[in-house]
Amino acid sequence: MKQLKAALLIFVGLFVLSGCETLGIGGASSATATEEGGGYGNGSGVSTTGIEGGEVYTGDPLLNPASLLSKRVIHFAFDSSEVADEHLPVIAAHAAYLAENPSKNVILEAYADERGSREYNVALSEQRGNTVADLMRLQNVSPSQIQVIGYGEEKPVSFGHDELSWEQNRRVEIIYSGE
Amino acid sequence: MLRRLFLLLIFLPTSVFSAALEIEITEGIEGAAPIAIVPFGWQGMAAEAPLDIGAVVAADLSRSGRFKALPERDMLTKPTDATKIRFRNWQALGQDNLLIGQVRETGAGRFVIQFQLFDVYKGEQLTGYSMPSSAKALRQTAHRISDIVYEQLTGQKGAFSTRIAYVTVVRNKNSQPQYRLQVADADGFNPQTITTSSEPIMSPAWSPNGEKIAYVSFEGRHSAIYVQTISSGKRERVSSAPGINGAPAWSPDGSKLSMTLSVGGSPDIYILDLITGSLRQLTKGYAIETESSWSRDGKMIAYTSDRGGRPQIYQIPVQGGKAKRLTYEGSYNARPVFSPDGKSLAMIHRQGSAYQIAVLELDSGILQVLTNGKLDESPSFAPNGSMILYAAKKGERGLLAAVSADGRVHQNLVMKGGEVRDPAWSPFK
Repeated sequence: MKQLKAALLIFVGLFVLSGCETLGIGGASSATATEEGGGYGNGSGVSTTGIEGGEVYTGDPLLNPASLLSKRVIHFAFDSSEVADEHLPVIAAHAAYLAENPSKNVILEAYADERGSREYNVALSEQRGNTVADLMRLQNVSPSQIQVIGYGEEKPVSFGHDELSWEQNRRVEIIYSGE
Repeated sequence: MLRRLFLLLIFLPTSVFSAALEIEITEGIEGAAPIAIVPFGWQGMAAEAPLDIGAVVAADLSRSGRFKALPERDMLTKPTDATKIRFRNWQALGQDNLLIGQVRETGAGRFVIQFQLFDVYKGEQLTGYSMPSSAKALRQTAHRISDIVYEQLTGQKGAFSTRIAYVTVVRNKNSQPQYRLQVADADGFNPQTITTSSEPIMSPAWSPNGEKIAYVSFEGRHSAIYVQTISSGKRERVSSAPGINGAPAWSPDGSKLSMTLSVGGSPDIYILDLITGSLRQLTKGYAIETESSWSRDGKMIAYTSDRGGRPQIYQIPVQGGKAKRLTYEGSYNARPVFSPDGKSLAMIHRQGSAYQIAVLELDSGILQVLTNGKLDESPSFAPNGSMILYAAKKGERGLLAAVSADGRVHQNLVMKGGEVRDPAWSPFK
């Protein structure tokens, strides 16, 4: 649930700190540029209902820890945008859910490890996101439900300079709108 | 050999954030020409001059790696006027050149700085100027003196009056990271934030006239390219296509911006005409094509492509045509940038498991690795071609480093309390 929490934080943060400011230097008065709004989707919440003797999970399937849908991160090999076989069932589960729930949208946030050049890594990470998006589309998800954004080596989840950290950072995060 | 030159602590008065770049020369003092820079004389109301001009000039010249300034404590005399110079004393100290000068207060906050550069062996003046300056511009005036001395003695234009742009990231435990695009003097002094965002900022690029900076911002969870005027802070969003909007690079005449867009399916190089607004696709295909750089004559574009399976450097005529592969050494070459004379390309080159800065001489095809880091990236030439500024990593932090174009002199610029990266050296003013 860690990623989910992080996603929630990011989403809330967008409203707190949306946009950015620019400052003039060299004596001129500073100007603030207005930006397009942050955020995406309609931010519809989810609701879960508990029942007595609740042995069966009846909440939102996205939050069911026993479901593949609770897995939201796909990892990749170095300089590769191919999805390893072990991750295919996770992508298939999300694809099935999205196909059944056409009102749901996902952002695929794609990342690279820190090695090499920043802009090449942006391109590489976007390829990773596109690979996951293509697999979802092949499983009947509408293209309009998926948005890919390649961040490259920005926003690492692990800050070490070793294979252990790099593995963690080469990833695509599946983030549902509203999360 | 780690020689600490000086420590800078600059606090931005309008910001809670304090930035400091500490410059260390880590390697390469050998072979530098000895020069004596006598503390400048002072005539004014206060007990001492508002700025130690001689110290700024000495730091500039030392940082270039081409000069070794004589420590003040080793000076037998400290003349501030030419009639007091005993050239034999300076010869005995093994000095090639001598710089003396005076700062004179001519009114409230107004100064005149006079300096003279001598050849110690011939006992003659090489150059000398008298320059007016406001109190605020004293440091700039000192850098101009460094430029004049450097050009007189090396034949190459000095780049001490130029500026650098870079991105800082400050990560706090309980809040979002803050990304800042900053502009500072070439010696790291006077850092000023021109853009702040809670989302990543990347790839700053100076316009050829030094008045604007193009950069990538991920604000609003989407990449876009902005062109911002430095003096006013006003900016324009020039590209926000679906997918990647990245790696902006100015044409030498400043009328066009090449960039990477993935709107066509895969990342390709496009050229945006900033005057007409027209957009033209330059590269095509399924591979990653990104990180364009214009040749000095504006006729060629070098870029990174993985069409052969691994990233390598290619070149294509700006008008379109056949791409030519330029790098064959190693399995990873990326992020090419033309040298100011157009004769070579700096790039990221992988050696074993290390990513380092290398320079490819275009005529000979010789590739020389200049740095020895593990994660070096984002090379940017000084406008006179003498140094390459780049981003490196040390411990958990990102820092800026510079290496002379011959690989002999190395230095680090470390920011306190944060990460600094994506450097871009300004053009001459």
